[in-house]
Amino acid sequence: MTQTSRSTSESGSGAAVVGRGTQPGPKASKVRRRLRAWGPGLLLVSPSLVLLGIFVYGFLGWNIRVSFTSWRGQTPVYDWVGTRNYSELFDNERFQIDVRNLAVFTFVFIGGSLLLGFVMAMLLEKGVRFEAFFRSVFLFPMAISFIATAIIWRWLLNNGSGESTAGLNKLFDNIGLGFLFSDWHKTPSSWAIAAIALPAGWALSGYVMALFLAGLRSVPEELREAARVDGAPERKVFWHVVRPMLLPVLMSAVVILAHISMKTFDLFYAIDQGNLRIDTPALYMWFTTFQPGFFARGATIATLLLFGIALVIVPYIWWSVRTERRK
Amino acid sequence: MKTLVRTGRYLALLVLVCFFLMPVYALLITALKDPASVSVVRMWELPQSFSMENFRIVWPDLREGFVNSALLAVPASLVSAMLGAANGFVLSKWRFPGADFVFPLILFGMFIPYQAILIPMYRTMQSANLVGGLDGLIIVHIIYGLPITTLIFRSYFAGLSDEVIEAAKVDGAGMLRTFFHVALPIAPPAFAVALIWQFTSAWNDFLFGVLLTSREFWPITVALNNIAGGQTVPFNQAMASALLASVPTLLVYVLLGRFFMRGLMAGALKG
Amino acid sequence: MRYSRRGIVALGLAAALIALPACSSSANDDDGGSSGSGDTEVEVFSWWAGPGEKEGLDAMIADFTTKNSGIKFNNAAVAGGAGTNAKTVLATRLQAKNPPDSYQVHAGLELASDIEAGYVEDITYLYDQQGWKEKFPKGLVDAITVDGKIYSVPVNIHRSNLLWFNPATLQKAGISAPPKTWAEFLTQAATLKSKGITALSIGPGWTQEHLLENVLLGELGTDKYTGLWNGSTDWKSAEVTAALTTYTKILGFSDLKSAAADWQPALDKVVDGTAAYNVMGDWADGYLKGAKALKFKTGYDVVATPGSEGVYNFLSDSFTLPVGAPHKGAAEKWLVECGSTEGQDAFNPQKGSVPARTDADKSKYTDYLAAALAEWQNPATKIVGSLAHGVVANNAFKGEIDTALQIFVQDGNVAKFADAVAKAYDANK
Repeated sequence: MTQTSRSTSESGSGAAVVGRGTQPGPKASKVRRRLRAWGPGLLLVSPSLVLLGIFVYGFLGWNIRVSFTSWRGQTPVYDWVGTRNYSELFDNERFQIDVRNLAVFTFVFIGGSLLLGFVMAMLLEKGVRFEAFFRSVFLFPMAISFIATAIIWRWLLNNGSGESTAGLNKLFDNIGLGFLFSDWHKTPSSWAIAAIALPAGWALSGYVMALFLAGLRSVPEELREAARVDGAPERKVFWHVVRPMLLPVLMSAVVILAHISMKTFDLFYAIDQGNLRIDTPALYMWFTTFQPGFFARGATIATLLLFGIALVIVPYIWWSVRTERRK
Repeated sequence: MKTLVRTGRYLALLVLVCFFLMPVYALLITALKDPASVSVVRMWELPQSFSMENFRIVWPDLREGFVNSALLAVPASLVSAMLGAANGFVLSKWRFPGADFVFPLILFGMFIPYQAILIPMYRTMQSANLVGGLDGLIIVHIIYGLPITTLIFRSYFAGLSDEVIEAAKVDGAGMLRTFFHVALPIAPPAFAVALIWQFTSAWNDFLFGVLLTSREFWPITVALNNIAGGQTVPFNQAMASALLASVPTLLVYVLLGRFFMRGLMAGALKG
Repeated sequence: MRYSRRGIVALGLAAALIALPACSSSANDDDGGSSGSGDTEVEVFSWWAGPGEKEGLDAMIADFTTKNSGIKFNNAAVAGGAGTNAKTVLATRLQAKNPPDSYQVHAGLELASDIEAGYVEDITYLYDQQGWKEKFPKGLVDAITVDGKIYSVPVNIHRSNLLWFNPATLQKAGISAPPKTWAEFLTQAATLKSKGITALSIGPGWTQEHLLENVLLGELGTDKYTGLWNGSTDWKSAEVTAALTTYTKILGFSDLKSAAADWQPALDKVVDGTAAYNVMGDWADGYLKGAKALKFKTGYDVVATPGSEGVYNFLSDSFTLPVGAPHKGAAEKWLVECGSTEGQDAFNPQKGSVPARTDADKSKYTDYLAAALAEWQNPATKIVGSLAHGVVANNAFKGEIDTALQIFVQDGNVAKFADAVAKAYDANK
């Protein structure tokens, strides 16, 4: 029951946003004229707005509501337990492990992908033969699902040793780099999850390259030329002319990668299940919610994820929209 | 010196190409090996003889997933792109008061962690009796695809000069006519970008698929994870399945890479 | 209609969706089951997809389709993790009121949550109709009866507390007989280690839990073990602490670091002699005899896990009739198959389990299974239930133990683990 009223109030607030302009103005005819001007447009987008209002904001709100209940088991319970789920979660050891894992993963994944993507963009920037080929090779993993990626890499990240050495370790062995042997995500170290940054980086560093490449090429040649005329060496041209223009690109890449690392689920899920060393909040949410039935806990984890992502995404959207308006 | 730098650059590119293609190499040669001669330990060795046997073994289990994903991804991308076109047009060329406020709100929907809508979403789909088949999954993909398609079309139409619109208005064309007769005819490139993006994400989605469908309607990713995700599945079959499941999106990528790339840029709000 | 693939109608449906109240979970639930015998298919959900288990299911399906030629069998097996993957998938389907026609479940508290949630039908009528109450052991019928009603058909009885080994490996290491106690196991383990043999092979998380339950059983005895699940044994007591410490020592002699990805590869290490022992349920017999084509006693052998002789730590695979099963008529036929002598005798010898029925054809159970059947039917055998396989803990409690154990296996902190389990018991009983 509470649900029904909640969701109507949710879509109600959405409608209030959309319909700000429908309040009767001082001059009725003017209003009618304006209404005729933008009314049809509003009408055309309203189905989408209503759907998104419900499926995004309504559901997010509903999920947050669940995080304040004691809902456990298969029958929904909409009581109010305050912030109990949150304080329990902060004391929950698995969640603490998950957060630490996520931090390690995010750090290695973003750092690695940025570095690799940047290097690739720099290598391609000046124009090389077969550039299209190189670009395609660096980008194609983006077209493959995380599930397929995980299934391939699960075999590459095999940690068998001795006779049963396989995967990347075997490859290292074959090319005389045997000392690189690693237990990957099965090592007891708390850096185990960093191994997953390998498939994740494989999948996404091409994206970073594409962003940087677009950024590098949007630097007007005249600007560089001007600096060169002033006698600046190429390195200085890069530092003083190109670098400042790449900062926004860097920011985009960091934000995109950070939000992907927080919400990715299937890559970890398909590489190794029930391995706490590569457990993240996104996985814990799935595994605690649906089978054992800890719905309130699952909703709490999801809410925290939402806030984590909003923390990087909201300023980014705000900044993007503002930049666009300035143009 | 200059040639040295150039050789170095090509060398570095070559090393990178090896890194990116290494999994593909393992995937391809394993999938093409005769099942009898496959061993994880010898995964890097070239096959003695080529065989399509692995594909024959896994195809019956994947076929249904393939059909389902096609039936899911095509309508989901078409409808989402169509709605996105309308939204993008209105938000760039037929703006209403508050449009600038609504647009970022729409955008945010692109980035939300789906975990945070999972519980309400499936309870809702359940009470609407939309769980189990493909209908519900299609609807969900359409809705959560709206932010990106709206963004793609909005950026595209923003590049369209206002004069064209004004001219249509002067001719007395209404919003719908302007949309259909002025905007849509020039929009095929944006459609290509939006459709490809939507097709790829619907094809590659796992979370919604596993939550909302029953076995006979499993999309390909769920079917793939079930076949190749089990720990006791032969290595060669896992590889063959992963390869088959990736063929359609890879084809799209190879054939329409340009549009794919633009979708990526849009995804980073760099329309 | 429900399954129509027409995506174009999606928009209309989406619009209709808005009009619906956001959450009225019971509004559309009762339209699912169209009972009647005209069903042409039946979707059966299980986690039997790997070698040793798939064969058993296939044998039973073959028998089913011969008897019911008009029904297409839709095998919805989800692979991996002794059902841990499957259970999540199944749970979402049940919660979404989108059940298969029948699903596999471990008899015991694992099913209790589903009964409580109203997911499964009372099928006592099938028991009456088929005369099953006389055909299944009374103890088992009592165990699966909840408030006078029965909700599942047990196909088999598995034994969890078994220690598998390769006689040749023991001989090579100069060990005359497998250990009788866990203390003796540790002594042997030290010997094995000095000879470069892994004492115990282990697999993923659930196999570690499987080992834990049998260490607890062996160290605490049946009464105290049972007490762990009904609150009469204190998890923080000295005995339990000692048993848990033994567990960490045993793990220390295992190949935990390079743990196999599933139970079959863990057994492979025993077969090829790199590991001496493996603790696994008797589905291992189906695998070793079938997929690995080994001979009992010479190629592989088995004894009760240390300290658990004369005890049957049981679990039972059973099938259910979900509320709202789309093909109820066909599902009933499937359940009849599961409870039939032919069905059980087709399934069990392949799967490596003994039949739940008492009147099964004994000649079909040879080698290990002959001994197991005799022991199961021996009135002196003490029966306890398995933790890892859903008999003694409900899903919520077990879910919390799973997590606590994963942490425990990593950090070996006995006190913290005992405390976490005790808390989880109180919170979820």
